[in-house]
Amino acid sequence: MADKVRLIDLRNISKEFDGTYVLQNINLYIRENEFVTLLGPSGCGKTTTLRIIGGFEHPSEGVVLFEGKDITHLPPYKRKVNTIFQKYALFPHLNVQDNIAFGQRIAKVPEAEIKKRVAKMLDLVDLEGYGKRRVEQLSGGQQQRVAIARALINEPQVLLLDEPLGALDLKLRKEMQLELKRMQQTLGITFLYVTHDQEEALTMSDTVVVMNRGNILQIGTPKDVYDEPVNAFVADFIGESNIYPGTMLEDKLVRFAGFNFPCVDKGFGSNQPVDVVIRPEDINIVKEEDGQIAGVVESVLFKGVHYEMIIEVGELEFKIHSTVMQEPGSRVGLTIIPFNIHIMQPMAREAGEDEQDESLEGDDL
Amino acid sequence: MPGANISVWMITGIAVIVLGFAALVVLSVRRSGGIKRSFFASPYTLWMILFTLVPVVLITYYALTDASGAFTLDNFKNFWDSNYSVNKLYAEMGPEYAVLITRGSVNIGILVYSLWMALICTLICLALGYPAAYFMADKNMKYGAILVVLFIIPMWMNFLLRTIAWMSILEDSGLINTVLKWLGLPKAQLMYNNTAVLLGMVYNFLPFMVFPIYTSLTKMDSRLLEAAQDLGANPTRTFWTVTVPLSIPGVVSGITMVFMPSVTTFFIPRILGGGNTMMFGDLIENRFLFQGNWNLGSALSLVMMALILVSLGILRRADPEGEGSGIV
Repeated sequence: MADKVRLIDLRNISKEFDGTYVLQNINLYIRENEFVTLLGPSGCGKTTTLRIIGGFEHPSEGVVLFEGKDITHLPPYKRKVNTIFQKYALFPHLNVQDNIAFGQRIAKVPEAEIKKRVAKMLDLVDLEGYGKRRVEQLSGGQQQRVAIARALINEPQVLLLDEPLGALDLKLRKEMQLELKRMQQTLGITFLYVTHDQEEALTMSDTVVVMNRGNILQIGTPKDVYDEPVNAFVADFIGESNIYPGTMLEDKLVRFAGFNFPCVDKGFGSNQPVDVVIRPEDINIVKEEDGQIAGVVESVLFKGVHYEMIIEVGELEFKIHSTVMQEPGSRVGLTIIPFNIHIMQPMAREAGEDEQDESLEGDDL
Repeated sequence: MPGANISVWMITGIAVIVLGFAALVVLSVRRSGGIKRSFFASPYTLWMILFTLVPVVLITYYALTDASGAFTLDNFKNFWDSNYSVNKLYAEMGPEYAVLITRGSVNIGILVYSLWMALICTLICLALGYPAAYFMADKNMKYGAILVVLFIIPMWMNFLLRTIAWMSILEDSGLINTVLKWLGLPKAQLMYNNTAVLLGMVYNFLPFMVFPIYTSLTKMDSRLLEAAQDLGANPTRTFWTVTVPLSIPGVVSGITMVFMPSVTTFFIPRILGGGNTMMFGDLIENRFLFQGNWNLGSALSLVMMALILVSLGILRRADPEGEGSGIV
């Protein structure tokens, strides 16, 4: 993996605002041409991390390296990164083409050349003929494209995107996701993307960085973080999950919901408390007598592609996604194959994240 | 003149408002069977009619009539040629007196002087006010809020009082000269000149420049400044390419709010200029109160109003969104 250059390197970054740490000892590097997404709930520090790279905030501790050079205290206008801001921050006093040309004019590019590049950019973002429009005459999606063009025209080495699709409706968001990914691949620019939308993160990224409370919880490919979440928080945040407290009886055998289940995890010791995570689509519904456990169908919701059913087993509820509907009130059996039972260290609720990140120093990709 | 009868006038006025209001209630209830929402605007309509429309009609009436109430354009001719009535006399007296006919330029002169003073005052206010507003709006400035308060506090005091206070600072036995004397320096003549009048005007009107600019600067999205910096603009460049263009509405309304009262200033020239200078506002006041010539006074007021409307029109063109004019 070390064949690509580390473009941005965050080392031991901490940031405090008025005595509260919004970032705690963040270590993260971004390689060239990578699409990295910072994913987490609001207030997790993802935007602050982005702003530190953009130069709008300075870390309280730690250094930011760009191509190996320390840029921690470099002002934004001297950095080779461009940002797409949450609400686009287009200049209301300039029309579309002047907005796009802004950076080029600052860089004193000849007007004839600017004209050519602006035209190319308008073409790239599908806004030919919109050059003379005022920005407030554009729809949200069009403003978004102008913001992208305004950043990309400067040919930045890194593009920072701060929840850029947050203000768009679902259909447009999906389109823009694909479009951004396509641009990233064709232009060969490194993207650092911030979002709280796990689906967006999984669709677009090469690498997903899951954050919570100023810490990095997990770094990995979308498949890694989905299939092998490091703890129940990540499991719950990325996709839907059934999370139960359980006991690891011995290697490859876990007890929860009042039954013993074979699993594939080992090394937790015997009779240790653990969190058991199962994805809703990983539970199979069978005839009552064929199941490992049996329960009653409590509710059924139609979700488009699948049905979401809640099955009550004793005191516990299992959320299950299946394309086959069961009658509410009927009794069914459930089976879970060992591979789909994920065992995790129990998360001490609320304050538990701190102990996690020792094992998770950002570099262990 | 009303004088002692003022209370009678006031009571009559209030009675008219109350009765008119009552009449409107009755009418609107009758018509729609209930009180319509637009009805609640009627006090303002009445107010506008009584205190804006009626005075304008009266002024126009006075401006277009002579003392006996007959229609005439003499008042405007008088404005253009302050010797008009004398010249008319000379003309009637015969051709041998025609040589004595000269155009009097007093009124026009005062108007030009007022416009000039207002222009200078506005420019000084802009030069002082923009930086002040900028510092006040800067969230990183510790003392911005204090500066806002410092600008507001004097506005709680009466305008006349503030102007007279300057007298006690500038006059021969005033604060500055006392200090100079104490330091063994010669006395400085600070009052009774243009500079003193200008000082008084700038002092009184500066807040009207500062606050609209301050408002437009605080309304500005700080992410736009970040965006400019992100695109490579250093702080100076950001200021000129983003901050200044986006504060234009505030600047326009500041200019409006300073220029208008500046042109019509009166009292300040009399107090700080000591009668050596007269501005158009003083001239109107003089014609009304001291000469008792309501007809000429009204004509001058109309000229003033026309000028203000023209300049408002020009400013509106500079600020098509009308952001600034909302304050005026």
